[in-house]
Amino acid sequence: MDRRSKQLRKLIVQALESGGRGHLGSSMSLVEILRVLYDSYLRYQPANPNWPDRDRLILSKGHGCLALYALLADKGFLKEDEMLTFCKQDSRLGGHPERGKIPGVEATTGALGHGLPMGVGMALAGKIRHQKHRVVVIVGDGEINEGSIWEAAMSAAKHKLANLTVLVDYNKVQSYGSTREVLDLEPLADKWLSFGFEVEEVDGHDVKALEQLTRRFPLNSGKPAAVICHTIKGKGFPFAEGKSEWHHKSGLKPEEIAAMYEYLI
Amino acid sequence: MRKTSLDCVYELAKRDGRVIFIGSDLGPGVLDQMKTEMPDRFFMEGVSEQHVIGMAAGLAMEGFVPYVNTIATFLTRRCYEQVALDLCLQDLPVRLIANGGGAVYAPLGPTHLAVEDFAIMRALPNMTVVAPCDADEMRRFMAKTVDWPHPIYIRLAKGGDGIVSQERHGFEIGKAIMLREPGAGLFITTGVMAQLALRAAEQLSKEGLACGVLHVHTVKPLDHAALHAWLPNVHGVVTVEEHTRIGGLGSAVLECCNDEMPEQAFKVRRIGIPDRFADRYGSQNSLLGHWGITVDSLCSTMRKQLRED
Repeated sequence: MDRRSKQLRKLIVQALESGGRGHLGSSMSLVEILRVLYDSYLRYQPANPNWPDRDRLILSKGHGCLALYALLADKGFLKEDEMLTFCKQDSRLGGHPERGKIPGVEATTGALGHGLPMGVGMALAGKIRHQKHRVVVIVGDGEINEGSIWEAAMSAAKHKLANLTVLVDYNKVQSYGSTREVLDLEPLADKWLSFGFEVEEVDGHDVKALEQLTRRFPLNSGKPAAVICHTIKGKGFPFAEGKSEWHHKSGLKPEEIAAMYEYLI
Repeated sequence: MRKTSLDCVYELAKRDGRVIFIGSDLGPGVLDQMKTEMPDRFFMEGVSEQHVIGMAAGLAMEGFVPYVNTIATFLTRRCYEQVALDLCLQDLPVRLIANGGGAVYAPLGPTHLAVEDFAIMRALPNMTVVAPCDADEMRRFMAKTVDWPHPIYIRLAKGGDGIVSQERHGFEIGKAIMLREPGAGLFITTGVMAQLALRAAEQLSKEGLACGVLHVHTVKPLDHAALHAWLPNVHGVVTVEEHTRIGGLGSAVLECCNDEMPEQAFKVRRIGIPDRFADRYGSQNSLLGHWGITVDSLCSTMRKQLRED
């Protein structure tokens, strides 16, 4: 893991430490995906977060918001020390991201299965108005248990939304246990293919591979795309990797926080 | 009323490029003219109400004003979380045009009846809830919907309802209309219960009991000023709604009394649907009769109220 990935994770750990809680596992699997999107794909203006031509990113798996907050802080939408207000009473940064409160957050998410339908609406709006911006929606693997995701997928294909890309954070662990055990998603690529998407798979922690893939966006000029990002829940912290116990933690102990910092040196 | 409402969407869309229509899986031919003339603003999205609400939210975030239309119960129960979070929490100007409020779909049974829609829509912050009483009022109301900055739930009746509203009443969202000035008694109604109450008031007047009808087309935000103006001046109040007695117009009126003029609460009696799922089919009118929502029951309830006074 390079310095930048560690630095972004450090922002997340600082927020976890300050808030005493958070979705560690669900955020850490997202870091490289968001890093590459914000470093080399998305068009945005931190000082003008509602710039009409910006690309729209929706974190549909809103519980991974610490990773999104870290990128928004890193890019200047937020001040870095605001991360320390995470989940405090008067903070803008709650346990799930809210539109209108946080600059750079396009849609309020948290209840699962909402982000993709809203993303379809945004992409459809762009298509109606012949606008150039792109819409990216990041969904979780547990999240796509929701039927609304597949309703939206059918609609995206019907409307040939080539301006829409769905990234699946496929860390293969949801709250209770493995996705295979809870509700098996396989064959996942075939599912998206059969729903009318152009499909790619990528190592969601391989920065170079992710960069190369985003350079090929849109993957197909006549249909929406789904990218299955193979990731590791809790990536970067061996004691948490792949463990559903670290999906969400409250009452984090000082020694657990200290152990996290150890891995970020 | 339904045809008028959808015709208005077409008319509004011709004048305003922000207006979009989204149906789920409506009958053939719905808004064909709009579909032909404005194919990029007419969508039939299939039986996928959760998605439809989210998609409408996404369009609204981009500056469109989507009008979503399907059967009332599928626009409320089925996608309640989407209505709550996508529309209300984010306070987006999406309009929900709900076919068959109340007992309109009586022959189709309890799966198709929207009898708690006021209660569950009213419970959501930022939501506006409107039930016009006839097609003319629907037309006046629809003109006001484009620029209203919040989500709106619009309850449609069966259609072909007698016209009781008048041009001179105008229409302001949140402003109740006095269809008939009260004497001792006042019926407070919403939707097509206005027609029922007017008939009851007419019957009671023949008995020498002068009763008025306050038509509360906007169940939320409730017109507190009208209640403050009228309740102290009458002796008996009967609320009438084609809705469960839990959480609808009658409850809203009593909440207002409880919060702001508790001394008036004793005057109020509520007529509505009993707390049980529909156990009969038949027609809208026969089911309303089975539930005790009739001109006769309105009259007897008002007589009792005025006698007790």
